[in-house]
Amino acid sequence: MNLLAITLPKFYTDAVNVVVGSAWIFMILSTVILWLGLKYYRQLTAPKVAIPIFAVSGILLMLSFFDPQFNRVATLPDNVPIVMMVGSVGFFVWLAFRQMAVNDERIEKGLPPQEAEAKEAEKTFVWPDLVYIELICAVLFTAFLILWSISLKAPLEQPANPAKTPNPSKAPWYFLGLQEMLVYFDPWIAGVVLPSMIITGLMMLPYIDKNPKGNGYYTFKERKFAISVFMFGFIVTWVLLIFMGTFLRGPNWNFFGPYEPWDIHKLEPLTNINVSEVVYLHIFNTGMPRNWFVREIWGILAVLGFFVITPGILVRFVPMFRSFYQQLGMIRFSILIVHLLVMGGMVIKMLLRWIFNLKYIVAIPEYFFNI
Amino acid sequence: MAEVKTPESPKAPDPGKKPSLLEMVWTGQIWTSIFRHGMPDTPRNRILAIMSNVFLHLHPPKIRKSGIRMKYTWCMGGLTFFLFLVETVTGVMLMFYYRPTAEFAYADIISLREDIPLGIMREIHRWGAHAMVITVWLHMMRVFLTGSYKPPREFNWNVGVILLVLTLLLSFTGYLLPWDQLAMWAVTVGTNMARATPFVGHEGPGAAMLKLGDISLVHAGSDVRFTLLGGRFVAPAALLRFYVLHCVAFPLAAATLMAVHFWRVRKDGGISGPM
Ligand code: HEM
Repeated sequence: MNLLAITLPKFYTDAVNVVVGSAWIFMILSTVILWLGLKYYRQLTAPKVAIPIFAVSGILLMLSFFDPQFNRVATLPDNVPIVMMVGSVGFFVWLAFRQMAVNDERIEKGLPPQEAEAKEAEKTFVWPDLVYIELICAVLFTAFLILWSISLKAPLEQPANPAKTPNPSKAPWYFLGLQEMLVYFDPWIAGVVLPSMIITGLMMLPYIDKNPKGNGYYTFKERKFAISVFMFGFIVTWVLLIFMGTFLRGPNWNFFGPYEPWDIHKLEPLTNINVSEVVYLHIFNTGMPRNWFVREIWGILAVLGFFVITPGILVRFVPMFRSFYQQLGMIRFSILIVHLLVMGGMVIKMLLRWIFNLKYIVAIPEYFFNI
Repeated sequence: MAEVKTPESPKAPDPGKKPSLLEMVWTGQIWTSIFRHGMPDTPRNRILAIMSNVFLHLHPPKIRKSGIRMKYTWCMGGLTFFLFLVETVTGVMLMFYYRPTAEFAYADIISLREDIPLGIMREIHRWGAHAMVITVWLHMMRVFLTGSYKPPREFNWNVGVILLVLTLLLSFTGYLLPWDQLAMWAVTVGTNMARATPFVGHEGPGAAMLKLGDISLVHAGSDVRFTLLGGRFVAPAALLRFYVLHCVAFPLAAATLMAVHFWRVRKDGGISGPM
């Protein structure tokens, strides 16, 4: 790297640090990009658009390695897989949506999807047609693993020492999304309830998605809702939170831009405030009530409203949700809506914290219940 | 017993010519005792090649063309399984050298790198594990985006979800074994959450209610985290527990479920395709 010392222009690193290094801009921007991607998937996945996008992202990524801070984090041996993951997720999302675009166009013209063409529906011999593909994949991947292993040593730090806590202490990379949740929620929500709901949500999925279309071929048009929700959950709240936990969370779990040096002494003013404090200290000017129920009633109403009134509004005013309700019945619909609202609520809570420094909507430390 | 042999012996040697060495192997007793079919160059033998092999018969003998396209499955499930095999083989090799005690663990990891020939087994094992986490996620994404969880594959999707959890648990338990700072603190962060499990973690909501008179049942020395770690902290007892989970319990569970998973792929009608 020293031979080719390039310094990234300051206006560029500053701009990226502002956009990516500010959590709420990062979150809203990625959601908007995902939304645009889903809206214009046909145009964006066309090779003549997609290839330049990949090329530019690739070049930006390579250039980033010339930044000392990014380089330090990205080349930590255990972080190399994260760069690979982000790259391969990007590639496979393209591969899938490209096929969706092709199929959706065919479906519009009244043709069957590619996978249903006569020559594709034909049966072929597993030996050699499939066995050889598997063999080649295995051989290539072995070669890749060996090269990777020769060129990069597995990390080994100082011997375990219970008296010396590293700063920041990070969970293994695949759990960084969950660790991020610890910032906004009590550990029992971040560490137990949310992961359980990811698992139950995935498990219930086949029983809740009653749409018979799009079984066994790539299509977006026929299952827009299911795919959009999944992509938001997987890309934004899982993969991007891992990216954030790796590159943007530094000492004391403070937020840093990807090119911003990790300053141990960076101070973030701790001005987080509860809903009850806003209500009683700033709006009513009365001082905090003694009784926890009186104190927290506003937050409780807000949360109840979110979980009880939103579904009602959705069913009443959004035709799509009304038809879900009619097709799925009460139980399936409730499971769907609870999982959706928890996922949405999680993101809303994060945004409220980032933008308004909101600590807890309901804070009942008396009963270990804070959300 | 002559009936058992496949009648269609491979490329019956020309009686006039001396058979080549290769032909002698193919037609010899040893080869034909292992592979009871001829060269897989006829439809019949291709089917036999799959059906008469315990490993290959996880596949059906014939399959929809669309189902074997790389652009359809990305070979991701297959790669995940392949990585599981890589992890098993390299993991067994590591077990020859590694002792799961606070006294030896760290030093054994150093000697894996310094003293042992072919010193990249630890690297292959570690990078393979990371890669497997990525491939499982990508496999799940492929299955989702092709709608392959829809009937009749709902159950197999669920088997997959458990495999996903097991893959993460395998990776997580293995993370502790080098017994360095990275390992100890990552696992500390991870297991700290268990403290807060409702009712069964000592800092979880509801735990304080579980009391017999004055004696609280759920405390730091009796909650789920204690059970998981074999102590109040990430200490030698935790190392042993994680080692046993990592090398025995989780691999067995994963292998069993993979067998179910593959069997169900076939029973549910093979790789999904448009109905
Ligand atoms: C250790 C983890 C896993 C292994 C080794 C594995 C392996 C496989 C393999 C080899 C196939 C054949 C088709 C293909 O390669 O895509 C397959 C299919 C399938 N897998 Fe997995 N899988 C794993 C995890 C998962 C997960 C996490 C899910 C979903 C949550 C899942 C759901 C399915 C389903 C529904 C099918 C049938 C797909 C079809 O018919 O197109 N599997 N799996």
